[in-house]
Amino acid sequence: MITVTNLALLAFMAITAWAIARTRNLFVATMLAGIYSLLTATVFVLLDAVDVAFTEAAVGAGITTVLFLGALLLTDRQAKPHKHRFGTHGPLLLVVLLGAALVYTTLDPLMPHFGDPDAPAQGRLAPEFLADSVRQVGRETPTATHIPNVVTTTLASYRGFDTLGEVVVIFTAGVGVLILLGGGAVRRSRRMIEHVVLRVIAKLLAPFIVLFALYVQFHGDFGPGGGFQAGVIFASAFILFALIYGVENARQIAPPAVAQAGIGLGVLLYAGTGVAGMLLGGRYLDYSVLAHDPGHGQHYGILIIEFGVGVTVAAVMITVFFTFAGRRGVLEAREDTGIPHDGDEEQ
Amino acid sequence: MALAVDIASWLCLVAGALLCLAGGIGMIRFPDVYARSHAAGVIDTGGALFILFGLALQAGFSLVTVKLAIIGLLLFFTCPTATHALVKAALAGGLEPLCRELGTDETAELADEAQR
Repeated sequence: MITVTNLALLAFMAITAWAIARTRNLFVATMLAGIYSLLTATVFVLLDAVDVAFTEAAVGAGITTVLFLGALLLTDRQAKPHKHRFGTHGPLLLVVLLGAALVYTTLDPLMPHFGDPDAPAQGRLAPEFLADSVRQVGRETPTATHIPNVVTTTLASYRGFDTLGEVVVIFTAGVGVLILLGGGAVRRSRRMIEHVVLRVIAKLLAPFIVLFALYVQFHGDFGPGGGFQAGVIFASAFILFALIYGVENARQIAPPAVAQAGIGLGVLLYAGTGVAGMLLGGRYLDYSVLAHDPGHGQHYGILIIEFGVGVTVAAVMITVFFTFAGRRGVLEAREDTGIPHDGDEEQ
Repeated sequence: MALAVDIASWLCLVAGALLCLAGGIGMIRFPDVYARSHAAGVIDTGGALFILFGLALQAGFSLVTVKLAIIGLLLFFTCPTATHALVKAALAGGLEPLCRELGTDETAELADEAQR
């Protein structure tokens, strides 16, 4: 049964990818990309990777779609027609050859087959990671408090340095967008004054979205979730507000200065926790020394660095959206030059 | 008692699945955006709520039921709003609803009815 479901989902993914490659309408491509992410998230759930599925759904299907739509406002809805410099068959041949090469590598007798239980990744690496993460986080020490979600312990503690790298990547993305697009003319505000239903529902939902984000943030040790997902969900409340009530009003609630400070503050909190561990006599990002016993130390450490992750992710998402939405796009430039176009009210 | 709950739960699940199927067929078969969004609305209100209720019956009185109820509440508010926003966007984008053009005979008939 699970095979049938998997095959159906993978077939849907292939069809969606094909449709994305075919369409020249960027709006349609953005929506299809969102559907693709949602399908990926479903596959992850079937693979029992709930944390990754959660991230994929929140980041891929949720915020990326909105950010793409914000970027589309600055450009155009239609892609320019391709210039076939190598003909249509050249790229096709390249892709087919590359695909065949990839399939060939899986047939190599030296490589383990797909899903092989004896593969090194299954046999040695995964159990070692799990055991080390459990040992280091201190589940086996007698006084330790138990952290049930092993994904969180692995990501935040055992492989904490990798996660720090991921947060720095997001930090860099936020700073890059600010440097490239931060200045420039600010577009006129368009509030959806006439959309009563949307305004009421958005006002009703926003606090609950924030509440859910906090739940995901601080419940990450026990269930699926953590700083990345929580940050994205937190930011989506502000983005929803900005979409309905206008960017200017949202800027008053989340001033750009505060959001921009948050970008650096989260990374600082994360890296600073590592330094604090060093000052207390441990190694970098070793949380065991943060409290009177290692188990509590790990708990505090994971809680603090996850909070840092959440702050940076939320701040970057809010800043990127405000930066995209705050600029004058081609649509308005066209409007100012007097060229009419359809669908003006909903932009 | 357990059997009765099980039967009720499965009735809800099947009803939800049928509504989803009907909505899916409608989304393909209906002629324009407005009719199709009606079919989509059937899926994410009727279909989803029936399935959630069926699942809640399966779960019994537990934390899962509370979570399902919260999901149901969220869908109850957001899905009709999304459909509303979509249709409004289509209308603002200048898409005319597909209406039957009244021919001269029908206009005359309507006028006759109005006189009677």
